[in-house]
Amino acid sequence: MAQQIFQHSFANGLTLLLERMDHVRSAAVNFLVPAGCVYDPPDELGLVSIFSDMITRGAGDRDSRALTLAMDSLGLDHSESVGQLHLRFWGSTLARNIPSSLELFADILRHPHLPAEELDSVKALALQDLQALEDEPRAKVMVEMRRRFWPAPLGQDRRGTEASIGRITEKSIRDFHDAHFGPRGTILSVAGNVEWLPLRDQVEKLFGDWTGKDVRPPELTPPVKGSTHLDKDTTQTQIVIGYPSVPFGHPEYYAALGAVQVLSGGMGARLFTEVREKRGLCYSVSANYQTFKQVAGILCYAGTTTERAQETLDVTIGELRRLADGVSDDEVQRVRAGLKSSVIMQEESTSSRAGALASDWYYLGRVRSMEEIHDAIESLSPTSILDHVRKHPPRDFTIVTLGKNALQLPTK
Amino acid sequence: MSFHKHTLPNGLTIVGEISPSARSVAVGFFVKTGSRDETPDESGVSHFLEHMVFKGTPNRTALQVNFDFDKIGASYNAFTSEENTVFYAAILPEYLPQAVDILADILRPSLRGDDFDMEKKVIIEEIGMYDDQPMWCAYDNAKKAFFAEHPLGNSILGTAASITSLQREQMQAYYDRRYVAPNITVAIAGNLAWDDAVKLIEKQCSHWPSGAAPRGNITPATARKHLQVMTKESLKQEQVFMLSPGPAADSMQRYAADALAMILGDDSGSRLYWALVDPGLADSADMGFHDYEGAGGYFTSFSCEPENTEDNLAIIHEILREVQREGVSEEELAVAKSKILSRVVRGSERPMGRMQALGMGWTYLKTYRSVDEELANYDAVTLKDIRGVLDKYPFDQLTVLALGPLAGLE
Repeated sequence: MAQQIFQHSFANGLTLLLERMDHVRSAAVNFLVPAGCVYDPPDELGLVSIFSDMITRGAGDRDSRALTLAMDSLGLDHSESVGQLHLRFWGSTLARNIPSSLELFADILRHPHLPAEELDSVKALALQDLQALEDEPRAKVMVEMRRRFWPAPLGQDRRGTEASIGRITEKSIRDFHDAHFGPRGTILSVAGNVEWLPLRDQVEKLFGDWTGKDVRPPELTPPVKGSTHLDKDTTQTQIVIGYPSVPFGHPEYYAALGAVQVLSGGMGARLFTEVREKRGLCYSVSANYQTFKQVAGILCYAGTTTERAQETLDVTIGELRRLADGVSDDEVQRVRAGLKSSVIMQEESTSSRAGALASDWYYLGRVRSMEEIHDAIESLSPTSILDHVRKHPPRDFTIVTLGKNALQLPTK
Repeated sequence: MSFHKHTLPNGLTIVGEISPSARSVAVGFFVKTGSRDETPDESGVSHFLEHMVFKGTPNRTALQVNFDFDKIGASYNAFTSEENTVFYAAILPEYLPQAVDILADILRPSLRGDDFDMEKKVIIEEIGMYDDQPMWCAYDNAKKAFFAEHPLGNSILGTAASITSLQREQMQAYYDRRYVAPNITVAIAGNLAWDDAVKLIEKQCSHWPSGAAPRGNITPATARKHLQVMTKESLKQEQVFMLSPGPAADSMQRYAADALAMILGDDSGSRLYWALVDPGLADSADMGFHDYEGAGGYFTSFSCEPENTEDNLAIIHEILREVQREGVSEEELAVAKSKILSRVVRGSERPMGRMQALGMGWTYLKTYRSVDEELANYDAVTLKDIRGVLDKYPFDQLTVLALGPLAGLE
C-alpha cells in the first residue's frame, strides 16, 4: 500500500500538503499559522490565547452563531490550539464535507469579525483558565518547568497573567491578525479520502490572493534555569525532570528517540519497570521527547504521595544516569517494534497524519515517507543509541516539584 | 466489513468484524464485571484485579508480561468501569497469535501475594492522583449521591482504606465468582482471518471454567432531588455536577437521549454553550448521557468562578425547564445528527474503535450493530422520540453536587 503524498507551494508562500488515504471515509485538515504565544507582546501576555477564542466568533458573512451552526451542520469537529510558535487550526469530518469546511476555514483565517463587544466575555474565560491552572497540579508544574527549561520566549506560558490580560485591547487583537495572518510560513495539510487536483484548485481559489507579511521568529535568550519547588497542599507530589537533547532533523534524532523509548517506550521500559513495577512508587511515570527547531529536551514526569517522593526522584534520576552504562539487544528490539507499529498504525488516523505532514514540513521542509522512517527505526542498535547517550548524557537536570515538601535534589 | 460469531462449549463468546483494508487488528477481552458487582467489603477489587491481571501467571512473571507485549509493539491497556473490566491490545496483523497468547494467559492470573502487596501501593497512588483532580472528585461524589444505595453508586477505585484492608483471598474469591467463560466476550476487529483467530482463542480458552455469574439488583435509577456542597477552600474554581435519570443501555430510547444531550450540552453550539461558555460565565459546561445495564443518566456539569455558581445553576435550571416544556427544534435535531454521523464514522476508522463498539455491543445486547446500523438508529430519531424521552425521564428532579471553595448554596 504505497503512500500518496502531494505538495504544492503557492506563489504567495502558502504550502499545501495532502496525504490521500482512500481506505477511510473521513479527512482531517490542519493549518499551522506562525502565530504562537511567543509572539505575545511582552506587556500583553495571553493575547494569542484570547485571539484564538475570538477568531471563531464570526467570520465572512456569518456571525458567531451562524458560523458555529455551519461547522456543526458539516459535522466538522474543530479546535484552535495555541502552541509556542504556531496557532493550529484543526478540523475533521467526512471527506465529502471537506470542500465546504475549507470555505469556512478561509473565512475564519482571512475575514474574522473579532467582535469588540465579546472581548470582555473572552477575557473572563481567559481569567478562569488561569485560575483553573491553580487547581491542576500536573499542568501547573509543567508550566513552571517550561519557563525554566526552554530559552525565552519558548518557555512562556500561553495563559499570560491577570494584569497582562487586563491590558489587551480590541486594537491589539486586530493588529495581531494583520501582522501574523498571511500565507508566508503558513502550512495547510490535509489527510484522508480527498483527491489532489480538486483540492489544490480549491485552495488556490480560496487562498491564492491572500497576502501578508513575513513573520520573523523571535530571538532566543537563555532560560532562567535552575530547579525549584512549588508549595501546595496536595495529596501527591508532582515531579518533573528535564535535560537537553538534539532537535528533530539532527543526525542523531532517531537515536535520541530510541533512548527515550528505552526509558519510557512501553510498560516494559525502564522507568515503568523500576519506579512502578518493582517499587510501587507511583501510578504515572514517563519520559517524553520535545523539540523546537534549535533546541530539544527530554521531560520526565512522576506523581507520587509525599512520603515516597524523595525515593521516586532518586530512583528516576538513577535510571537516567544508568542509560550511559549500556542498552541491551532485547531493549532495542522492543523499541524498534513499538516505534514501527506506531508508524504503521498512524496510517489509520487522518488527524495524526495531517499533523505529521505539517510538522515534517515545518521542521524539515519535506515529508518523510513511511519507508524512510521505517528504515531509520530498523537501523537503531544498542551501539547507535549508546553512542548518542554518551555524547549527550542525561545531566544538567532542571527539576521542578510541587507538593507539600521540597525534595533533596541531586548534586549534578 | 463482515461480522462473525462463535461460542465455545464453555460459554465464552467470540465476535469479530473483519476489515481487510485496516493496517492493524485489535483484540479485547470483555469481562462483564465491575464495581457494581462488588460487596461493600471488597470495594475497589474489580479495578485492583485489573492491575493484578498484568502481574503474571504460572507461565509469565509480571515483567515478562510487559516485555512480551512490548516485543510485538502492542498498544495495550485495560480499564474498569461500573460494569465492565476490559483488557485489550492493538497490533500489526502478523502479531495476532502472540497478542492472543498473552491476553488469554494473563486472564488466568496467579495473584501472587508479593505482587498483590506491591500493586496495592500503586493503586493507592492512583487514588491519590485522582484526589488531586477536582473535576474527577466532583464526578465521583455526584455519581455516589445520585445512585445512593443503587450499586452503580459504588466507587470504581475504592478508597485508600478499603484497598489497604483488602486481602488476597477476597480477590481470589471475587475472581473465581466473576471470571467464568460465559461472563467473558472476546471481540476482534480489523485485518484478520476469522477461522485462524477462532482457533487461537479456542486453543487458549476452552479449558476456562464455565458457570453462572449473575448480576443482582438490575433496577433503574430513581430521580433524587438532592443538593450537596463539598467545601475545599484550597481550590479556586467551583466544579458542579447535576444528575438525573435516563434510559438504560438496552432501550431504543438511548439514541434520542444521546441526541438530546448533544443538543443541550455538546461542547460546540449547544444550548449550554451559548448560555454559559460563550458569554464567559463558565469556562466549561456540558451534558453527557451515560447508559448502563438497567439504568441510565444525564450528567450535566460546569466549572466556574465560585461567585457565579448560583446564577449559573439558575440558568441551567431554566434551560432544562424550557426544553421540558418546548422540546427541541427540527434544525437542532438535524445538526445533532450531522455531528453524530461524523463522530461515529471517524471513531470507527480504527480497529481499536470498532473492537470497543463490538465488545460493548455484545456484552450489553447480545447483538451486532454495524456502523451503518448504528447510524440508522440515530438517523431514525424524530422530534416525537425526543418528546417521548423527555416525558419518560423529565429533568425536574436533579441531584446537584458542588465541589470547590463555596461554603454553601441556596
